[in-house]
Amino acid sequence: MLREIRPAIFVLVALTLITGLIYPLAMTGIAGALFPAQAAGSLVTRNGQVIGSSLIGQEFKDDKYFHGRPSATTAPDPNDSTKTVSAPYNAANSGGSNLGPTSKALADRVKDDVEKLKAQNPSQAVPVDLVTTSASGLDPDISPEAALFQVPRVAKARNLPEDKVRALVTQNTEGRLIGLLGEPRVNVLALNLALDTATGK
Amino acid sequence: MTAIGWIQILLYCAIIVALTKPLGWYMTRVFSGERTFLSPVLRPVESAIYWAGGVDERREQHWLTYTVAMLLFHVGGFLIIYGVMRLQAILPFNPAGQSAVAEDLSFNTAISFITNTNWQNYGGESTLSYLTQMVGLTHQNFLSAATGIVLAIALIRGFARASARTVGNFWVDITRCTLYVLLPICVVYTLFLVWQGMPQTLGDYVEATTLEGAKQTIAVGPVASQVAIKMLGTNGGGFFNANAAHPFENPTALSNFVQMISIFVLGAALTNVFGRMVGNQRQGWAILAVMGVLFLAGVFVTYWAEASGTTTLNALGLTGGNMEGKEVRFGIVASSLFAVITTAASCGAVNAMHDSFTALGGMIPLINIELGEIIVGGVGSGMYGMLLFVVLAIFVAGLMVGRTPEYVGKKIEAREVKMAMLAILILPLMMLGWTAVAVVLPSAVASMANAGPHGFTEVLYAYTSATGNNGSAFAGLSGNTFFYNLTLASAMFVGRFLMIVPAMAIAGSLVQKKSIPPSMGTFPTTGSLFVGLVVGVILIVGGLTFFPALALGPIVEHLAMISGATF
Repeated sequence: MLREIRPAIFVLVALTLITGLIYPLAMTGIAGALFPAQAAGSLVTRNGQVIGSSLIGQEFKDDKYFHGRPSATTAPDPNDSTKTVSAPYNAANSGGSNLGPTSKALADRVKDDVEKLKAQNPSQAVPVDLVTTSASGLDPDISPEAALFQVPRVAKARNLPEDKVRALVTQNTEGRLIGLLGEPRVNVLALNLALDTATGK
Repeated sequence: MTAIGWIQILLYCAIIVALTKPLGWYMTRVFSGERTFLSPVLRPVESAIYWAGGVDERREQHWLTYTVAMLLFHVGGFLIIYGVMRLQAILPFNPAGQSAVAEDLSFNTAISFITNTNWQNYGGESTLSYLTQMVGLTHQNFLSAATGIVLAIALIRGFARASARTVGNFWVDITRCTLYVLLPICVVYTLFLVWQGMPQTLGDYVEATTLEGAKQTIAVGPVASQVAIKMLGTNGGGFFNANAAHPFENPTALSNFVQMISIFVLGAALTNVFGRMVGNQRQGWAILAVMGVLFLAGVFVTYWAEASGTTTLNALGLTGGNMEGKEVRFGIVASSLFAVITTAASCGAVNAMHDSFTALGGMIPLINIELGEIIVGGVGSGMYGMLLFVVLAIFVAGLMVGRTPEYVGKKIEAREVKMAMLAILILPLMMLGWTAVAVVLPSAVASMANAGPHGFTEVLYAYTSATGNNGSAFAGLSGNTFFYNLTLASAMFVGRFLMIVPAMAIAGSLVQKKSIPPSMGTFPTTGSLFVGLVVGVILIVGGLTFFPALALGPIVEHLAMISGATF
């Protein structure tokens, strides 16, 4: 048995160096050379300033922007570090609500949100993704239905014809990959950027 | 449920089946010590490792020596992770300035990673430095996965060899598995993932000013290199807290699909390795068929339950299924499929929050782990777990006809059946035992995030996942407490090593036996009768053991939900 101790040390150290340092560092170098934009986090800039990542959702509250899904991410409470406070779209601490199907807190939250949205647009059925939190709290997408649902509000806030806003939604809708994988979706940040461009600001 | 959903599921199954044979062929060559197309590059590295470690690659080991070597290797792995976590504040590659990880959390995480569990009581981006992610976690993702594979290979040698004494050389197997199987796939896979949008950088977290003028700190890091092995090695520990639901850890529908394939691919290929080594590939396909039957049944239930939604959502007129805790780009079908795959294998990565699944939709992942993660299973561990059930099923078949059972030419006798039972019974002891303790301790109950039966399921799921070395969670449970850190670590440790040692003892016992040619009275183990028998034994053993606990958790919750109750 004692003669297994030497290989236990040397094989472990060698494989640790290969898989724990050489491999990730080499991959960082190669990936950075081949796909620099993705490797750095798919960052989006406007006027030379980083405004986010195309893959990471951000919070929109203004009526003139399309809103993303509710987010359950939290941050440490600035007054008491043992507690956390709600901090939607905190991209340094991802996570979901973890509320279960019989949770009263979840039922109340969804009911409130549905009522608010119904008041905003009584003519359409409320899309489920607009009242449910995502798993990461950073979902960059909404369903095409959820985008179309918000068209009247955004058009009114921007004094644009609804048709024009609707056309922007259609342009920014991504279908399933080869018609099969994934779900149709709209990237909220991309749509809002297109909206800002269309209205010249 | 939609047609396009089922097409995705069937396409997935078809790809796994198609990859099983070529990969099984390649892995058989690797573990037989033959040359492969990568040998010109990797052989010098391999030889250098043997030279440094003083390993004679032709000298094979007795099963006990093999097991001791494996355990020593893990002691070292534990010390490396624990040390790096405790010292990360003063070590390099820490741009976010993470402080040292607490003792109990470091202990839990170190056990978690050496056992291939990767339970996340830590929140990746908010707790760990890049060095910890690489040297602590990425490296152990490789080595714990390789360990699972080589143990399965040792057990397969037990079945395949006749009248022998040794089951292989652990140092040779682990080195070859890492260098020839895991590393080359991960290099290609990492580049694919970065192409899809996954970050791979050592730079600082990004400070962005959003369109509405708010500040957003975006965590990045060497993500892709870790995710590649996390999936391929069925480790499942996330770079980020939200794991594969995080858009950086799973950016597109395609990255999601490939990640799902990579969870199953090595485990499925091992069934073919088994068939090749025992000299009849149909033996391997029969085992894969058992796995396939149980897998599709699970997918059906979870997909159906999630697509049906919850009473809460349906009562408000919301259609489109249960989207709480799911991402839009994956939707219902890819989230349901992922949940079943990750728990059937002992991966534990999640692309949706299992805690927010419907009662029945979340019960299937729980059952998958309770059955021992033998439906393809963790790389290696699924194979040896399944072979334990096969031993049991063969024993039952032997009882029915009243003769000593045989499997692939080996007589299955008292010692093998005892060892198989020991391994199979140790799991529920940890899963149910610790759950029973936790639900009567007020301090442990306080960690539940949901009230009512769902809270019970959170605890049951935690110990089940830890014992099964899965690592997925009903993540509402605040597991980062002293009690949970220690008890979950004990569950992970026992669940891993007390299954391995009996499995290796079986290998050691089988390898010495003579091989008997099949006769008229031999029960054929390649047909549908055998598949049905094994499926039946798995369901009966699992059902008898776990039904009472399931009745207290998901089943009663489902009944409460359809009657409109909330807690």
